[in-house]
Amino acid sequence: MKNIMTVVSQEEIADKIYEMVLEGEITQNMTTPGQFVHVRVSGSTENVLRRPISISDINQDKSQFTITYRADGEGTGKLSRFKPGDAVDLLSPLGSGYPVEPGGHVLIVGGGIGVPPLYELSKQLNAIGVKTTHVLGFNSSKDIFYEEKFRALGETLIATADGSYGTEGFVTDVTRHLTDSFDRFYACGPKVMLKAVSDELDIDGYISLEERMGCGFGVCYACVCQRADGTQAKICTDGPVFRKGEIIL
Amino acid sequence: MTNSKLAVSLPGLELKNPVMPASGCFSFGEEFSKLYDLSKLGAIMIKAATEEERPGNKTPRVAETASGMLNAIGLQNPGVDHIMEHELKFLEQYDVPVIANVAGTKIEDYVSVAEKISGAPNVKALELNISCPNVKEGGIQFGTDPETARKLTYEVKNASSVPVYVKLSPNVTNIVDMAKSVGDMADGLTMINTLVGMRLDKSGRPILANITGGLSGPAIKPVSLNMIYQVRQHMPDVPIIGMGGIATTDDVFDYLSVGADAVAVGTMNFTDPYICPTLIDELATRVNTLNIDHIHDLKGRAYS
Repeated sequence: MKNIMTVVSQEEIADKIYEMVLEGEITQNMTTPGQFVHVRVSGSTENVLRRPISISDINQDKSQFTITYRADGEGTGKLSRFKPGDAVDLLSPLGSGYPVEPGGHVLIVGGGIGVPPLYELSKQLNAIGVKTTHVLGFNSSKDIFYEEKFRALGETLIATADGSYGTEGFVTDVTRHLTDSFDRFYACGPKVMLKAVSDELDIDGYISLEERMGCGFGVCYACVCQRADGTQAKICTDGPVFRKGEIIL
Repeated sequence: MTNSKLAVSLPGLELKNPVMPASGCFSFGEEFSKLYDLSKLGAIMIKAATEEERPGNKTPRVAETASGMLNAIGLQNPGVDHIMEHELKFLEQYDVPVIANVAGTKIEDYVSVAEKISGAPNVKALELNISCPNVKEGGIQFGTDPETARKLTYEVKNASSVPVYVKLSPNVTNIVDMAKSVGDMADGLTMINTLVGMRLDKSGRPILANITGGLSGPAIKPVSLNMIYQVRQHMPDVPIIGMGGIATTDDVFDYLSVGADAVAVGTMNFTDPYICPTLIDELATRVNTLNIDHIHDLKGRAYS
């Protein structure tokens, strides 16, 4: 589970949004989109907690994968200063992912730093012939990333909260006006967005949750959430992907 | 595999080595059993058991701090009966003594859990949790008043069929008074539990849903070393399992030096899930390098 990977490249692709490509054998175990890695940002004991970061792109031929994250805290700030050739200690791959089911036309909805895992998902869905439409929400034009990458896979619509690009408002201000009929949806983003999307779309779907994590592998009980049936789920091991309606948002 | 230089005997416990995971940082071992052989550990301190299932606190439940972390899990556990039927049964396949952490909100609950769980074949000792800072009732209130702590220790000791170690809270004015009040009745002490703390977000609001949490990790090691040192000066013979921020073999040596007999590793299990077997392997090498007969030759160096 614990692996040392090597940084291939690191780049700031939007305001405080970093894309880091890592290389290592363990990439071969990464098959399911929506899984995450738990990254140690420093070899010292200054930062005792790892950072959970979703996998945004997997390239098994090259044994490389990509993580895309926002560096807005001390730990992710340290991560953003890693250079090509540096070693990164991570636990991977962790969590369940999105089921990649064949057939139909699906809606992929992402908000902010929830967008990255949806890229690998869309890639895999397109690879098996699923038609994808993407709706991505950001705060402002400076925060937008991966628009072109998603556009290469299917129709891609952008919403910004401040109206500086695309539709002014939230992702639901876009999805509300879509005329296509979709077979299912996949979403990742802030809880308020997941709730709005789940409530407004009358189709089945999958959502990916985030929470402050301790261990990342089911030991510490930090990242629990409530299931609709009254039981508890651990986001790190039972999730982060859940079926719509399974979790009380 | 047993290295006689590392083996430690304590009431109820024959430890292959003095290193064990601390309660709350190892769940009930199943997740770690996929990473390494649990029989390698000196012992396992399992997550706190209460009479009834507890759902725990609202999230967020953890926040990182400088060289440490805050947690306010809230003693989430499936209840003592479930733990005995499932979690402890699972651990029976390993050759490792279990120290069962017992928690509650009323004395009767502690007594009932202690009575039940001490009957499990692999539970070799209890750790009386009178110091959890994250539950509204019970926990720390038992651990901050010497008289209450003494009464609870007495009752649990009577109910338990295995030795009882009392886990002391650092959130007290005088740790020696607390240790003395329970020390003649308890079979040993474990020290220390977490220190109450809080962390704010950028908007000035507490990050933890519980507002406060227990501070653990390397940040608290100096506090723990001092408290063990102080207690050891007054109680030369009480068995002490020391904990608080252990990350390296030097940390283990520090704990032995202030008078601990064995150590527990907590937070660092999250940072490095392989920390316990790594420390055990390194200790075996280091006792040879140091050319000592037994790791306890390092015990008490701070005051002898």
